[in-house]
Amino acid sequence: MPLIKDGELIDDPWLRVADDQDLPDGPVIVSLERWQAAGDDVAAHNGPLGVVLASDQSPDLIGDDLGRFDLVALDFPAFTDGRAYSYARLLRERLGFKGEVRAVGNVLRDQVAFMVRCGFDAFDMADVNAAEAFRQALAEVSVTYQPAGDARRPAMALRQS
Amino acid sequence: MYRYDEFDHTLVAERVSQFRGQVARRVAGELTEEEFKPLRLMNGLYLQLHAYMLRVAIPYGVLSSLQMRKLAHIARVYDKGYGHFTTRQNIQYNWPKLPDVPDILDELAEVEMHAIQTSGNCIRNVTADQYAGVAGDEIEDPRIYAEIMRQWSTLHPEFSFLPRKFKIAITGAPNDRAAVKVHDIGLRMVRNEAGEPGFEVLVGGGQGRTPMIAHTVRDFLPIRHLLSYLEAILRVYNQLGRRDNKYKARIKILVHETGAEKFTAMVEDEWAQIKDTPLALPESEVARIKAYFAPPEYDTLDDNSPEFDAWRGGDRDFDLWVRANVAEHKVPGYAIANISLKPIGGTPGDATADQMEAVADLADRFSLGEIRVSHEQNLVLGDVKKRDLYALWQALKTHDLATANIGLISDMITCPGLDYCSLANARSIPIAQEISERFADLERQHDIGELKLKISGCINACGHHHVGHIGILGVDKKGVEHYQITLGGNADQNAAIGKIVGPAFSGDDVTDAVETIVETYLDIRADGESFLDTYQRAGLEPFKERLYAAH
Ligand code: HEM
Ligand code: SF4
Repeated sequence: MPLIKDGELIDDPWLRVADDQDLPDGPVIVSLERWQAAGDDVAAHNGPLGVVLASDQSPDLIGDDLGRFDLVALDFPAFTDGRAYSYARLLRERLGFKGEVRAVGNVLRDQVAFMVRCGFDAFDMADVNAAEAFRQALAEVSVTYQPAGDARRPAMALRQS
Repeated sequence: MYRYDEFDHTLVAERVSQFRGQVARRVAGELTEEEFKPLRLMNGLYLQLHAYMLRVAIPYGVLSSLQMRKLAHIARVYDKGYGHFTTRQNIQYNWPKLPDVPDILDELAEVEMHAIQTSGNCIRNVTADQYAGVAGDEIEDPRIYAEIMRQWSTLHPEFSFLPRKFKIAITGAPNDRAAVKVHDIGLRMVRNEAGEPGFEVLVGGGQGRTPMIAHTVRDFLPIRHLLSYLEAILRVYNQLGRRDNKYKARIKILVHETGAEKFTAMVEDEWAQIKDTPLALPESEVARIKAYFAPPEYDTLDDNSPEFDAWRGGDRDFDLWVRANVAEHKVPGYAIANISLKPIGGTPGDATADQMEAVADLADRFSLGEIRVSHEQNLVLGDVKKRDLYALWQALKTHDLATANIGLISDMITCPGLDYCSLANARSIPIAQEISERFADLERQHDIGELKLKISGCINACGHHHVGHIGILGVDKKGVEHYQITLGGNADQNAAIGKIVGPAFSGDDVTDAVETIVETYLDIRADGESFLDTYQRAGLEPFKERLYAAH
């Protein structure tokens, strides 16, 4: 699936590994369950490690382990399930996570501007013209009314200056 | 009133062109109806029984005459010549065509209006007391904070896909005219011991199939923390609110299932971590917004107007109108005039394009060019000189806008019911019309006194029947429309959910049943007792007895 990272279409270096598959070397993404089962293969994994959280799995569940991950993927089982917007903000603003926060699942162009504001920086988009769709979506609304996880200054702050 | 600055203008304009793009993709087939649905819902566009319906936001119910004229223009050009004012102080158009909608939104943007977040599972238009800024009992004008919340909630990146719709209401006065206790979040302005204004915060009220009165989660919230506290509540809800069942997805269910105390602790915990972030409101921003709502330059008038008294004494119809429709203004010599959208036998809340224009003209002539919409689906002119009331009333009469029934039995909230709504069990509007006609005699209505009757065509409670002094709910009994009656509901500061009086009535019998209830009240009321007082003293029993005696 096309991956957008920092606004560019790239080849995904990460491999998402099912729970019953062996872990290859290199960057892999495992489920929370596999991580929590703490198998030797995960502990001994040779390469960057990522974890994917389902929409009912709060990042608080990995709060103590975040140092071990270079990537956290947050799943949108349906674009209408908005829990991961809060999770992304918690990861960035509360837990201070600096790695990749990736949106996976039902990720649509009409949601990516919100996702960016919450701290996502990578997007698994099904859109055939993912890069163009992403660029357009981000250019659509230039004003923000509230502080969020990004660096954009909301109208309230701009009015003060 | 609030005026857009460059930021507001830019955002609304950009939002319209974004939506224009989305409509174009839908029309071109790039988006399925299912994919388009949440996008159109974010912009107030519903698919109804017969057509699309567009709901336009009237932030906290305040309109300029210019905006009202635009609403009339839209009704005439893009719809069938009328609009429907709703219980959330908005206006709905029932017959727009999809390709026209971006043009309608462009027209709205010209007058600083939009349809953003009037539907969908996001934070909806914040509603407020329709007497804001002119009521004598007010601590502060709630519109200042409603506007601050409007901006904060608009395109909020974290809270645009909540488990369910989210409604906030605010009142600046101890007498609650905004029904804050039956909202997801209700805010009441209060003063702390030091005399500073702030908010009592209530969470988890609502109607629908599980009606609930909101819990107070905080007795006093300083103004500067308004947004961080809201954000804490929403963040807890966004993560933990149920998403498996849409009937259990409102925050009231979360509060109920978690327990109010534990829920409060979670909110306070979250809030402690964000209260001193940039969400804290700078005093300068509050002052900036406050300036828009500064009281106008009122004339210095004597509170007594001899002309006014003379007209009242000489014209019984005018006197009745003043009694029901005119409320006390905080400034001597001025009054608040309510315009009833509940003519006898009409559709509650509807106004024609001509009527909207007439109201705009009268607002310019008599009330500083401003109009408010009440959650009870009426209009309000907030700043009328007492000595102008007679001329105003005469003008309203010529447009069928002078029904003297505010707060009386024919001033009903009524949902669209089976005439428009695919979810309905029963018709609502014809029942409202029949009841209204039965009580058409205004002298009789005035003798009955304050009585809030509210009708919903199904348990979704769009017509607020749970909080009607008399509530009527359409139910389906073996394929036949029936109506269940509740008594004792109340939406004000003493909010209560009504109690079912007994078995439902058929459509043919329901108006008689209402009349029996009213007659029972008249027979047993003590001096000066309102319907609700009598109910609270005597309970359901006397009503039940009379209603079912014959059966
Ligand atoms: C034809 C279909 C429907 C029509 C015409 C309709 C109409 C309305 C209107 C005019 C309002 C005031 C809204 C505003 O101004 O923002 C409202 C509120 C409301 N609607 Fe509906 N509605 C419909 C369907 C539904 C459905 C499907 C539900 C729930 C499943 C629902 C539940 C409610 C509730 C609960 C309220 C207000 C009370 C509260 O929020 O607690 N309505 N409806
Ligand atoms: S209360 Fe029921 S019948 Fe009435 S508008 Fe709402 S959903 Fe439709």
